[in-house]
Amino acid sequence: MPGELTQDRIQKTWERSKDDPPANRRAAGAPHFVNPPTVIVMVGLPARGKTYMSKKLTRYLNWIGLPTKVFNVGEYRREAVKNYSSYDFFKPDNECAVKIRQQCALAALRDVHSYLKDEGGQIAVFDATNTTRGRREMILQFGSENGFKIFFIESVCDDPSVIASNIMEVKVSCPDYRDCNKTDAMLDFQRRIECYKTSYQPLDPDQHDRDLSFIKVIDVGRRFLVNRIQDHIQSKIIYYLMNIHVQPRSIYLCRHGESTDNLEERLGGDSGLSPRGKQFSAALAGFVEEQQLQDLKVWSSQLCCSIQTAERLGLPYEQWKALNEIDAGMCEEMTYNEMKEKFPEEFALRDEDKYYYRYPAGESYQDLVQRVEPVIMDLERQENVLVICHQAVMRCLLAYFLDKSAEEMPYLKCPLHTVLKLTPVAYGCKVESISLNVEAVNTHRDRPEDVKRGPGTLIRRNSVTPLTSPESNIKKPRIDDLDEAGFSELPPSVSSPSLCSPSHTPISLSGQNLRRNTSALH
Amino acid sequence: MKHRSHSEQHSGKRPRVPAAAASTSTSPQDGMEDKTPSKPRELTQNPLKKIWMPCKNGLPEKHISQRKVCMTNCPTLIVTVGLPARGKTYISKKLTRYLNWIGVPTREFNVGQYRREFVKIYKSFEFFRPDNEEGLKIRRQCASAALNDVRQYLTEEGGQVAVFDATNTTRERRETIIQFAEQNGFKVFFVESVCEDPDVIQENIVQVKLSSPDYTNCNTEEAVEDFLKRIKCYENSYETLDEVLDRDLSYIKIMDVGQRYMVNRVLDHIQSRIVYYLMNIHITPRSIYLCRHGESELNVNGRIGGDSGLTPRGKAFGKKLSQFLETQGISDLKVWTSQMKRTIQTAEALNVPYEQWKVLNEIDAGVCEEMMYEEIQDHYPLEFALRDQDKYRYRYPKGESYEDLVQRLEPVIMELERQENVLVVCHQAVMRCLLAYFLDKTAEELPYLKCPLHTVLKLTPVAYGCKVESISLNVESVNTHRERPENVEVSRMSKEALLTVPAHQ
Repeated sequence: MPGELTQDRIQKTWERSKDDPPANRRAAGAPHFVNPPTVIVMVGLPARGKTYMSKKLTRYLNWIGLPTKVFNVGEYRREAVKNYSSYDFFKPDNECAVKIRQQCALAALRDVHSYLKDEGGQIAVFDATNTTRGRREMILQFGSENGFKIFFIESVCDDPSVIASNIMEVKVSCPDYRDCNKTDAMLDFQRRIECYKTSYQPLDPDQHDRDLSFIKVIDVGRRFLVNRIQDHIQSKIIYYLMNIHVQPRSIYLCRHGESTDNLEERLGGDSGLSPRGKQFSAALAGFVEEQQLQDLKVWSSQLCCSIQTAERLGLPYEQWKALNEIDAGMCEEMTYNEMKEKFPEEFALRDEDKYYYRYPAGESYQDLVQRVEPVIMDLERQENVLVICHQAVMRCLLAYFLDKSAEEMPYLKCPLHTVLKLTPVAYGCKVESISLNVEAVNTHRDRPEDVKRGPGTLIRRNSVTPLTSPESNIKKPRIDDLDEAGFSELPPSVSSPSLCSPSHTPISLSGQNLRRNTSALH
Repeated sequence: MKHRSHSEQHSGKRPRVPAAAASTSTSPQDGMEDKTPSKPRELTQNPLKKIWMPCKNGLPEKHISQRKVCMTNCPTLIVTVGLPARGKTYISKKLTRYLNWIGVPTREFNVGQYRREFVKIYKSFEFFRPDNEEGLKIRRQCASAALNDVRQYLTEEGGQVAVFDATNTTRERRETIIQFAEQNGFKVFFVESVCEDPDVIQENIVQVKLSSPDYTNCNTEEAVEDFLKRIKCYENSYETLDEVLDRDLSYIKIMDVGQRYMVNRVLDHIQSRIVYYLMNIHITPRSIYLCRHGESELNVNGRIGGDSGLTPRGKAFGKKLSQFLETQGISDLKVWTSQMKRTIQTAEALNVPYEQWKVLNEIDAGVCEEMMYEEIQDHYPLEFALRDQDKYRYRYPKGESYEDLVQRLEPVIMELERQENVLVVCHQAVMRCLLAYFLDKTAEELPYLKCPLHTVLKLTPVAYGCKVESISLNVESVNTHRERPENVEVSRMSKEALLTVPAHQ
């Protein structure tokens, strides 16, 4: 006997009536495919862009609504061994260091385990060299014991200039080389790579690894080898990796010029530009010219105000329906005050949980993310692009580039008549905000202070985490069995075997999520 | 519960007053109004597609493009590579169907068919022997005739992608094609299929080669034997795409029926989409079941859209559907619904887990949501006529067109390709779009495909196509199918416009 259906008031989804309070919000746009968690395992020599891919992929997966986190074993190592002295540490015959590195990998795997089992994570990216079969075997074992799917991403590159520029860009500035000049750092890092080369066993699609699921990214995306895709997520990851590139370029985001509906403080609609909006279009044309961009692509939505803005540039442009403003459904063309009056309940619900809130017969920010996903995929393929869009759409796009969480996204500041220039640097994105000095109304409405927060707001949701991943995102390894002082005194490159005495070797690193004696350390 | 009652339907999605500030207040009804151009260009809204277009002297400017899949002006030539019976034709046909469905005009050119035209009667594999000079000459002529047609299609007939389906196993042949493409400004993308598994090859021969006209007067054993010899004729000269020698070409190499892929130098959006598609398809036998939700309250009232619940007959269909699935004995059936109440109620009756997709929601009729056709004719006679004139491209004011719907449903098709047995409980317009993909229907046919309520379509892939079984579950329901009326002119009488509206309460 099928139960009655009730509609979730925030997400407007139909669910079986239950006495229990509603469960966590789910991914409303695309189905949340029932899937065992996945561990993505990076493979490759140092300076092959593993960390770059890990971070970028994690940002993408979080943005589309799959809770994902990077576990960078290098950071565990830096935590365990505070002072890095030289590549000696990575020599295969440095037994003590090998042990430490093994411990770090185990500690990271323990954290992967609790992230996927207890914290609602769906994907963990295990970012380390994993260049030996032995190490990969251990990870596969770990995966099968816990019911995690394993997917390998190997980056292969033999072009010395690519490697050198990678080292310059991200390695020489890493904490390992804090007190070191660039040339020395470069030299040391190259030796470090040599340490791995002798034992490196690439994934072998013909024999040894033919049953594994993996993608080999060869020569920075010039070629790919894909083996045994198992599911939807892996297929999406592959598609994403095939679309990203590392050519220098900039993405410019702005909204249309001020519209007449903006002036009247109306939501949505399809009005044209105000006189000041037209002034902005002219200023934008000047700005674009000044930037002297090669092959700039211009994209607009299919709404009048963004097309009018694009028209003024005198450049060819493309219209995307997917870039249209969020559909406010029954509230289209109302002012906030009218909405508050007509649908007071809806108005309050939106403040309660703006990311998940779906307008009656309209969309939510969550829906919008699904809708603009193809735009992001194509932006990744392109080089210089100017996107002329709308407030909510721009917030979604910006959240992707700046790795903002679902909570922050709907409140990101995207004022009219301001261009954001995004330039990829190292692992992130540099943002420049350029106001074109044409006055405009303010359309940003902050979250009211006194609003009732939704019951789910503080819960880390399963389906959508967009978690910002600042540098501190990884679980810091904690040392339980040794007092901190003793451990940090352990010389980083253990040259004297006496220091590797049994009292020092059984270091057990455990993740903070094990919550043993860790509170004091926070 | 918050669906809009009929009385307030217009307070919801009100028609936008178009062009409030497009300085000329052209309404969609006025269409392309003749206005003196000023700087910048004026915008008018295309009444059919509801797209804003810049105009000069009343004529729409051409260089503005709606975002489409194939954005470059440079057509693409897809070239298959591989020994006979490696699934090249299967891939060509399937890819062509997909690309056409997503809106990229695509045609396949099968050199084998040109050869059969040329040499009406096939005798034996001898024809394909590398030392058969006569045979070689004919085959070369066929290839060049096919390439001529490719050129015609891509440069004169508006084609954007041509699939050149032949073995193309020698580097020399591929070089010729590359030169041909360079001369004509086409991009070339190779799709190579490599397979060594004799079982797979045998299966392929039995599935599609035996029924080929070459073997009409032949018994199975003879045919298989001859075909295996034919393959042998190619083996000696076969040069596979090489990581080093062909490093500058764009290609995908499909190994062992999708176990493994090598992808080299993907150049643009369309190539990237093709690669993604080829990585998602599989040939494991399975069936896809498509049906609509059970009859809804609004169906009975003759109203479109909305988010109403099921009628008692609609609920009875849910039960019947549940029994039907039991009799089918399907392993690991996945059930997908939209996020609308009526499909979820239908799926609830099945007592199996299901997934909700927002993208499976019914076409958004914008300002016409929850109206009867009679009311649409009454309120928006022009809109109603435009829809009849070009139902595929027609976009409801503030709503969607079938064309929009296809774009929205593309991820569903991609995931359907990945999955095995799936039941999709959806809606009339959505089901038409999905069905058109599987049955390779044109944009003109698509919006008129018959998808009655309370009927399940079972789709099973066979050889190059799809077998369809239509299973009525014998629960009565209203008819919601409105045929295209004869008169689609804007000036038509109301009676003529409503001639084909199905009966309702």
